[in-house]
Formats: sequence, C-alpha cells, structure tokens
Amino acid sequence: MSESAVTAEAPTAGLPPGDDDAGFFQKHGATIIFLAPALVLLGVWIVYPTIRTIIRSFYDRSGDDFIGIDNYRTLFTDDTLVTAIQNNLLWLLVVPFFVTAIGLVFAVLLERIRFSVAFKVVVFMPMAISLFAAGVIWRLMYEKDPSQGTVNAAIAVVADAVSPSGVLAAAQPSTEQLQADSGGSLVLDEPLEPGAVAQLGLTGIRSSEVPADAVQAVVPEALSGGITGVVWRDFKPGGGTPGTVEEEELGLPGVTVVLQDADGRSVAEATTEPDGTFAFEEVEAGPYRAAIGAKTFQESYAGVSWLSEGLITPAIMMAYVWVWAGFSMVVIAAGLAAIPRDLLEAARTDGATEWQVFRRVTVPLLMPVLAVVFITMLIYVLKVFDIVIAIAPGSVQDDANVIALAMWRTSFGGVNDFGLGAAIAVFLFLLVIPILALNIRRFRREV
Amino acid sequence: MRSRWVVCALLVAALAFVAAGCGGDDNGGGAEGSEDVTGEIAIMAIWSGAEQESFEAVIGGFNELYPNVTVNYTSGGDNLAPLLSTAVEGGNPPDLAAIAQPGLMAQFAEQGAIQPVDDLRDAIVDNFGEAVADVGSVDGTQYAVLFKASNKATVWYNVASFEEAGVEPPETWDEFLETAETLKAAGITPFSVGVDVGWPITDFFENVYIRTAGADMYDQLASHEIPWTDQSVKDALAVMAEIVGDSSNLAGGTETSLQTEMPASVAKVFSESPEAAMVIIGDFAPGVNADNPLEAETGYNVFTFPSIEGSDPASIGSGDLFVQFRDSPAADAFLEYVTTPEAAAIWAGRGGFSSPNKNLDTSVYPDEITRVTAGALAEAEVFRFDMSDLQPSAFGGTPGAGLFKAFTDFIANPDDIDGITQQMENDATRAFAG
Repeated sequence: MSESAVTAEAPTAGLPPGDDDAGFFQKHGATIIFLAPALVLLGVWIVYPTIRTIIRSFYDRSGDDFIGIDNYRTLFTDDTLVTAIQNNLLWLLVVPFFVTAIGLVFAVLLERIRFSVAFKVVVFMPMAISLFAAGVIWRLMYEKDPSQGTVNAAIAVVADAVSPSGVLAAAQPSTEQLQADSGGSLVLDEPLEPGAVAQLGLTGIRSSEVPADAVQAVVPEALSGGITGVVWRDFKPGGGTPGTVEEEELGLPGVTVVLQDADGRSVAEATTEPDGTFAFEEVEAGPYRAAIGAKTFQESYAGVSWLSEGLITPAIMMAYVWVWAGFSMVVIAAGLAAIPRDLLEAARTDGATEWQVFRRVTVPLLMPVLAVVFITMLIYVLKVFDIVIAIAPGSVQDDANVIALAMWRTSFGGVNDFGLGAAIAVFLFLLVIPILALNIRRFRREV
Repeated sequence: MRSRWVVCALLVAALAFVAAGCGGDDNGGGAEGSEDVTGEIAIMAIWSGAEQESFEAVIGGFNELYPNVTVNYTSGGDNLAPLLSTAVEGGNPPDLAAIAQPGLMAQFAEQGAIQPVDDLRDAIVDNFGEAVADVGSVDGTQYAVLFKASNKATVWYNVASFEEAGVEPPETWDEFLETAETLKAAGITPFSVGVDVGWPITDFFENVYIRTAGADMYDQLASHEIPWTDQSVKDALAVMAEIVGDSSNLAGGTETSLQTEMPASVAKVFSESPEAAMVIIGDFAPGVNADNPLEAETGYNVFTFPSIEGSDPASIGSGDLFVQFRDSPAADAFLEYVTTPEAAAIWAGRGGFSSPNKNLDTSVYPDEITRVTAGALAEAEVFRFDMSDLQPSAFGGTPGAGLFKAFTDFIANPDDIDGITQQMENDATRAFAG
C-alpha cells in the first residue's frame, strides 16, 4: 500500500517510505526546526547526563563492575551519608517554615509603616549576594574569637559589661604553694602569723602586660605585729627559679591582696606597690592566709563556638534564612497588596481584633502565595549546598553535611567514588520530583 | 604495534646510555636533548601564579634540549585531583600530570589509567635514592617521578617570642616541652594549630610516629599491615597529647584551633604581635601568607622536628609526582628531564622549591632557610612520604572524613585515644576494602 503511494508521488520520492511520515514532516516541519535547538541542548545537557548518572549509580568506583543496588545500600548505612540525610530532613522541617513565617511577618508589619520601601530594600539586599559570598561573610561573622567574629563581638560587649575582665586574666601561680580556691581566688597554702613574709609569685603574664610603673621586685622586711609580702612576676628570660624573687623579675603593682582568717573570711585588704610589696600592719595573732582576689583573674568573654559540631547546622540555617527572608517578604508583600481591602475593613467593622483579622482573613487569603514561597523553599533547601560548604570549617563538614554536599564530596571532594556519588545524585533527584510535581500541578490549576 | 615496541626499545637504550653518562659524572650531566623528538604534550599540575611561572621556566629549560616538543601547561589549582579523576572517567586525561597523592597514583595505576615508567627507575634511583624512588612505585612497578618536594619535619618559630622568653630552638622532645613551659611562664602561648581541615595534625602525628615507632612500623601502618589500634599508634598519640592535650598550649585554646584554617595558624606566628611562638608545619610556611611581615632568620626561623628518645634524623616529606597518562616519546623525554638536577636547579634558584635530588648542589637555593630545610630533605637518613597521602584518598585525603576527621576529633578529645584509634581502624578497614 505505502509503496504504491510513494511511487505515485514523485516529489516525495527522496523521503523515507510511508505516507504517514511525509504528512508528519509537512505538518510539523516548522515546529521541529524551531524546537530542535532547545531539544538538542536539553538532550546534551539534561537528558543524557541524567540517564548516564542513573546508569553510573549501579556501577562500582572504577566504573567497570555492575554492583546492583549496593551504592544505594551504602547510602543508607554509611554514617556520614545518614547524617547528611538527617540534616537535610532537619533543613526541610525548619528552614521553609521560618523563611515563610519571617517573610510574612515582615510583609504584614512593613505595610503599616512609613519608609517601608527602605526597609524592604534592606531586607531584600542579601538576595543580591551569591549564596557562596553570603556564606563567606557569615563564616567570618561566626569566628569564635570576639576580636574577629562580629556575632561574638556583639555578645562580648554585653558580657564584659556584666563581668569585666581582670587586670591579670592570664596569670597562673608559679608554684604549687599558691592554689586556686573554689571562688577563683589564688590562696597561699602556708598559714601566716604576724611577722611572716608572704611570697605570691605569678607567671603567664606577658612582659608587655606588666604595668608600666613596675620595678624590680623585692622581698620586704618582716614587720613585727604585721604581715608583709610581695606579688611579683616570677619569670625572667629562660625561666628562672620558680618561687624565688630574682634579679630582672618585676613586682606587680596595683594587685589587691586579701588577708583571710582561719574560717576564710577576709579581714583586711592591701594594694601592692610598684615593687610588688604589700603590708598588713597591726594584725592579731593568726593563723591567716594571703589571697589574690578572683576579680584579678576574671577572663574576658571567650565567645560562643558557633562553628563547632553542635551549633554548626543551626548557624548555617540562620544565615540561609537571612538570605531568603527578603525573597519571601517581597513575594508575600505582593500577594498582600492584591487582597481586597474591603474584606479586611468588613472584618474590622464586625468587631474582629487585629490578630483575628490576620489569623482568619489575611492568612487564608494569602494561602496560595504562602504555598508558592513554601514549596519553592522546599526545593531550594533540598538542594542546599554552597552556603554549607562556605560556612562549615573542614573539621565539622561531616556534622553539617547535607545530601548535595555529600554528593559533591563523594564524587569530587577526595573520595573519588563516582558510583556512590551518582547514587546520591539520583536519590536527591527522586526527592525533588514529588515537590516539582506538586508545583506543576498548582501552576496548571492556577492557569 | 610492532613499531611502537621498536620505539620503546630505542628509548630504553637511549635512557640506559643517558643513565650511564649520569653515573660517571658527579655533576649529573644527565640531560641530553634531541631535535628528533617531536610532538605536543599537555601537562596538568596544581601550580598557579608564581609557581606556574617557575614551572614554565622549567619547561623553558626542557625546550632548550628538545626544541621540537610543544608543552602545554594547564594549572588545575586546588581542584587538580577531582579534575584528573573526572578527566580519566571521561577518557580525556592530559599526557602528564603532577599529583600530590601517591594514594591517588595507586588508584590510577589500579585502574590502568597511568603508564608504567620502569625504564626511568635507574635514573630516579641515581638522583633521588631508593626511598624516594619507591614513593613513585606501586607493587614494584615504577609509575611516577617525585619532582617538587616539601619537608614536613619542620617547626617554625617567632624569633622575638623566643628571645622574650629566653629560649633556644630545642633538639629533643623533652627540651621541646620545656620550651613550651617556659614560653607559657612568660605569658606567650607556645603553639598555633590550624585544625580546620585536619591535615596539619596528620603531619604532626607522622613526625611523632616515625620517631617513636620507627620507619618499619611507619611503612606497615601506611600500608595497613598493622591496625590503627596498634599500641604504637596509641603511644604516639599519647606523646602528641603532651602538647595538644593542654588547651593552654594552643593559641586561642582548643575550640578556636578547631576552626582555624592552616594559613591563619601560620599567620599567628609570622606576625609583629604574634599570638603564638611556634607552628608545626612543613617548609612551605613562609609562602603561605603573601603579606608575611617578618624577615627570614631575624623575624622567623625554623628548626627540625625534635628527636624523641634519641631517634635518628627522619624526614617526612610530601611532593608532586609526575605520572604519565599517555605514552609518547615527547612525554617520556619530559619525564626523564624532570629527574635531572638541571631541571630541579631551575626552579630551586627561583625559590619556593625543595628537591629531594641528591645531585642538586644546595648552593642554588636562594636563602639560608631553604638550604636548611631542603638540605635536610635530601640528606635525611630516613625519608618517608606523608602517610596520609599514601592512603586511599577516602581515608587519607578527604576533608572532614577518615584520618583528617579522626585527628580533628583527637584535638577535640585528646583523652579518648582508644575511641579515636578504633574510629581510625574502622575507617581504614572500609577504605582499604573499597
């Protein structure tokens, strides 16, 4: 049948046999020409790599041996990868909710104030930065040392105001006779009677931290009916002999020495001279102990360890929410502008409180927009990668791991196991599909 | 096929001739060029910036001998290993590459991705000695030439801090600990440690282990013939804990060290107002931070990792190994060229380069510090390659996994030696099985 048709029509003789084909090309020729570039690009960059990745995921590291679903089994048994999956789950539960909620709050509140555009610009600004750059910024802000990390610096301002650091924060006792008590003071072990001379040697003090008016330390004369002593920097280059006042060793002026009675109550205070000496005159029979107060050794605020294994994931999430809150706010604000004002007015006229209006009118009307933001965030959060690798120091990347990062690390980051890496990629792909499908269905319904 | 064998045979003959010439001449006049070798070769390595310029100078030296070979160099930067793995996977590797991990080299050899270069073995042994030659071989087959090396048995110190505390560079472990105590008494934190990724601590461990357990045990541990739970490993960790077990020994304490990147840890010592007096890191330290404000010798200086209980001088090194993905006369000629002291001298004279080549005259190094560190490398009685680089890369070369992770955990919990060694053993077993 078809052959006779071909021979009957001379002009189409060059085409493959079958008049159906001829009709197809005549009908769809233009469509194909227009679609071809896109199809070729999609094929080369999307379809072929996807298929190849799926096939590769069933082969071992070398790519030679077919190993069935072993890679997928590893995916759910390897500790690192399981952590990655758990972390991703945590991201899914926490981040889209917070991004949407914070965006909603900003959008609703900013509607009510003047200069709201300025605020919106500020909140939206992080969107203009790449996630990686945002990660680098937050990595620096999260540094533990308050002199480097902005976040800890802010906390340190408050902490140091509450409990200021001591003049000799780093000082340590030079001998075992000087012991730290429960309150952080340094107490001289040996009991003192009137006429005794106490020697309180300290080390661990930089020469630059010694007060400028300090001079060579001296051991004071014994005082009849009183207690004398010296507080000094028990160090000279090379170390010296701990516990003895030597040449080149400086007194520590301005240190408050407390005299405690047998029950540990303080009975007198004295301040040291430039040569480190102090004296308690006219004390009753002892025994006493000499102590240097805890305040002297109060260390300055050390900072929260944001980048440690326990806090790293919440820390990265905060940075991520900071970046995306602007997007969420702008989308929700647009949805808010489209809500008919009369509905809100009607609710208020009927006596609803502002909270009830928000809860019962605004939010339900915004639901479609909120859903768009939420679902978009679900997809982005599943694929989260760059901000994690930028913020997490190498030492905690295992603890901060997420699926996309695990995929990269497995394939390229040193493990060099493309089979397992491909399996992780396929797993991630499978996770994203239902959310994508949901999104497409929503779009269809809206159209 | 037959013609290729003929070429190979001719090359072997030529090389034997060259090697013989080299043996007879102490100045190592091994490099003899030829205008007959033609072709184009592609080379990849991590070197970029100033290092790339230096390597291009080496290529220039090669081209004087082989004017008809075109060498195209591409820098892979820090991503060299993944780039090469991907290129091999995709079937399009360069002709030659310089890789830093013998573990990766072994992996490539197993896959059949790189070509044996057994005919270069004699030239390599002549110039570098057996120990260095063995670094480039897998199961008795030579696959690589160690070209650029670094000495990792070095400790850098801030001269002003040492003067302030009145201490001298220590030679034994006990003196080392004493130095640390004296520094602390002077209010100076003794050590700066960058644990962010973990590898600086693996270097520290290797230096301790080769001194406490010896080179034979080192080899056995490197090839996983003895388990990581072996008592020798625990002992070495206990020795390390004498330093890292005390948070007050580390700049900023343990927590800060865990988040400090290696360059930052070096900068804390190489500074006008140092946060610590010493950093245990390889000979590349002065080049790590471009804005190093100190002068060599007067501002910062170096000493060799101290001997532990009378151990012999031992050197832990790492370096870049040239491997051959595709065989050609031009690629062979280049590989042979990089074994010669002439090739090493070109880069050594430009700085930032240490060669384990015993035939290289150390006077070519531009400064005294390099002469010391590089000289120690070529002269060490015991030379071993950085152990973590010898491991399968999943175990020894992946940030946040395997050894890097275990040593980070060790710094965080220096008391849990049993737990850490068990974790290392589990990871090692899995990596060696996979």
